[in-house]
Amino acid sequence: MTFVDIPVEIRTKVSISVDGEAVDVFEGDTILDACTKAGKITPVVCYGPTVTPVNACRVCVVELEGSRTLVPSCSRPVEEGMVVKTDTERVGHSRKMVLEFLATSSDVTQSNDIMGWLGDYGADLDRYDPETTERMTDEVKIEDDLYIRAYDRCVLCYKCVEACGEDAQWTFAIAMSGRGFNNRISTEFDVALPDSACVYCGNCVAVCPTNALQFKTEFDLRKMGDWRPEDQTVTRTVCSYCGVGCNLDLHVQDNQIVKVDSPMDHSITSGNLCVKGRFGYQYVQNRPTK
Amino acid sequence: MWGSNAREAHPIFFHHALAGVRNGAKMIVVDPRRSQTAKFADLWMGLTVGTDIALANGVGKYILDNDLQNDEFIAHSTQNLDAYRESISEWTLARTAEVTGLPEYAIAELATAYATAESAQICWTLGITEHHTGAENVMALCNLSLLTGHVGRYGSGLVPVRGQNNVQGGGDMGALPNKLTGFQDVENDEIRAKFDAAWDCTIPPEPGKHLTLMFEAMEKGELTTVFCIGENPADSEADINHARALLRGLDLLVVQDIFLTRTAELADVVLPASAGWAEAEGTVTNSERRVQRVRKALDPPGEAKDDLEIINMIAERMQPGWGNPGPQEMWDELRTVSPMHAGMSWERLEAEGGLQWPCPTLDHPGTLYLHGWLWEDDLGGREPAPFTENTWRPHVDELNDDYPLLMTTGRVLDSYNTGVQSDGYNSPIRSGEALDMSPSDAARLGLSTGDRAEVSSRRATIEMEVRVQPDLPVGLCFTTYHFADTTDTNQLTIEAWDKKSGTAEFKATAINVKPLIAA
Repeated sequence: MTFVDIPVEIRTKVSISVDGEAVDVFEGDTILDACTKAGKITPVVCYGPTVTPVNACRVCVVELEGSRTLVPSCSRPVEEGMVVKTDTERVGHSRKMVLEFLATSSDVTQSNDIMGWLGDYGADLDRYDPETTERMTDEVKIEDDLYIRAYDRCVLCYKCVEACGEDAQWTFAIAMSGRGFNNRISTEFDVALPDSACVYCGNCVAVCPTNALQFKTEFDLRKMGDWRPEDQTVTRTVCSYCGVGCNLDLHVQDNQIVKVDSPMDHSITSGNLCVKGRFGYQYVQNRPTK
Repeated sequence: MWGSNAREAHPIFFHHALAGVRNGAKMIVVDPRRSQTAKFADLWMGLTVGTDIALANGVGKYILDNDLQNDEFIAHSTQNLDAYRESISEWTLARTAEVTGLPEYAIAELATAYATAESAQICWTLGITEHHTGAENVMALCNLSLLTGHVGRYGSGLVPVRGQNNVQGGGDMGALPNKLTGFQDVENDEIRAKFDAAWDCTIPPEPGKHLTLMFEAMEKGELTTVFCIGENPADSEADINHARALLRGLDLLVVQDIFLTRTAELADVVLPASAGWAEAEGTVTNSERRVQRVRKALDPPGEAKDDLEIINMIAERMQPGWGNPGPQEMWDELRTVSPMHAGMSWERLEAEGGLQWPCPTLDHPGTLYLHGWLWEDDLGGREPAPFTENTWRPHVDELNDDYPLLMTTGRVLDSYNTGVQSDGYNSPIRSGEALDMSPSDAARLGLSTGDRAEVSSRRATIEMEVRVQPDLPVGLCFTTYHFADTTDTNQLTIEAWDKKSGTAEFKATAINVKPLIAA
């Protein structure tokens, strides 16, 4: 009988060179995948495993033989015989400057990754005069009890827009607005979140690289100086609501859930949750206060 | 998607459906409401509430009349086609259109798209099952999959999307009146003997009662004691005033729950439990039959105890020496009596992140989809799958001049069932407390969003706020029962229930709406 069997994905092997070393990857993989396979640590800001690269940050650039300009490794698909260099002065210089630009225009201090790379690439933020350097200075938007938007931390990486749109949620509550220095992530007509199309899945918060989008619980604890990641446990369990079986990672501090996310590589969620899974946990800890 | 508003009720499942649509899949949504799900569809079929069998039979007849069926599959893997063909003979396009309120071309388009697709799934939820013909509604859909061969192979299938995080697991574990653990039949002597030996006891050979029959037994005075674990029937049952009276009339009601729910308030004894998903260790089974571990992240409050520990303590009183076996011990015992779980060791569940039953041996990878045997050349001694005959019967609560509007119920995105859990957080998008009504019904009654109205059914009258909702057809109202404390929707609903499944007809209540003049 005519029968559709489980399709087996057939992928062609592609061989490229990374810093002189041969790396075997597959057609459709990116230069970043090859670099990672070769053991290189590549700084990335606008890249995420669950969102389509938009090439906004340019931190992940590498030298590609035959290419006049540096290429973004996160979005450039591999081709047989490519020769890629990541440890050149040109690459290091470019990454350093991009990181400096990001760190002097937005507050990246809550991103451990970016703070680490600033050191790794010898970034010198002091050489940018704060008097003449344009910075994101937006006030924090606190419009509900679930998450806040601190656009002074935003590096305009687009990941939240992608997650809200075609990469996961298909809600399209946010997009880029304005031009040039007025570029901002915004709801339609900049209305407050509760009045926007937002459905509070928090999938934008989950992909934000700088904590510009932040759970209100984390924001409040940080404000009180009581955000202590080192004292937190992370426990994987299954959401208590519908029957889809989304896995949750519960971040717990002092027997309180302070943050909920889902593994990016989970076959059910790809890191995404709905408002109930992400924020609906409160009922287990509405306890009389001591 | 048939009778499912997955966009709101199963959002992450719907992400996968939308990824499919993005990859070129066609999505047809059958739902009386133009739901959030329907807004993503290629075709929305806004049928009249309770006419699902009429539509399914009409689609079946169109497939057969136009020779779109899979003859090879039908001949090899099914039986009873002739009786089925005879049973749907009245359902011409014209008759189906008349009963369902759908245009003929749309019915033809649905039938053609489903029958000619390389692979196709029918996904449904309570829009199919919460009717007095719920089981027959399901069977009518199964017939379509048998006609076309859209079952038992990759990409095709029948998908009842489960509504609670462990409703599947509850059934798997034998929390069904007629089944023992692993869906093994309680009326089968051999099966029972196996369990008798394993558990050193004698299991009664008769099936027990499902919830609806329990309430009937309470009414007859045959059931006087209830031990209720993690269920809130005093808010969730249809015709709730009647159900509450019956619960109050019990000699003994013991409720084990994480909160003092409305049901717990009626109880003689309340046993405070911990939250199964965050304060205890164990497993749950999701809609795709995937067994996954839940883990303890929090210490439960006060004297609240793990459900398992409470049950063990009661068992110890009944039979000294029972002890306090933990979740892993219980799981290992389960694997010895339930063949479909036998290969799922605790270690594998940890390491592999979840396994789909049946998984009979330790080297078995688990099962992606069921009923693949239908496609084997040799059916392995199994009976071919039978077509069934299903008769359309309109909903029980009739519309007339006194009750001219139909009210249907469902979930909204941020809330859940009787609100015991979802009331706990401050959602900025909370809705569902109001009675949603079409613009023309609202205009006829002189009502605007925010106005209050008296809503009556044949059983009760409650006061509700009205919200004008342009996605509803004329004559249809919608609400939820997430807010039982303030809007006690189930006072209105009808207890008429499906004799096969025990499910009440929450989807169809005849109501009257009377505007209240602002004081």
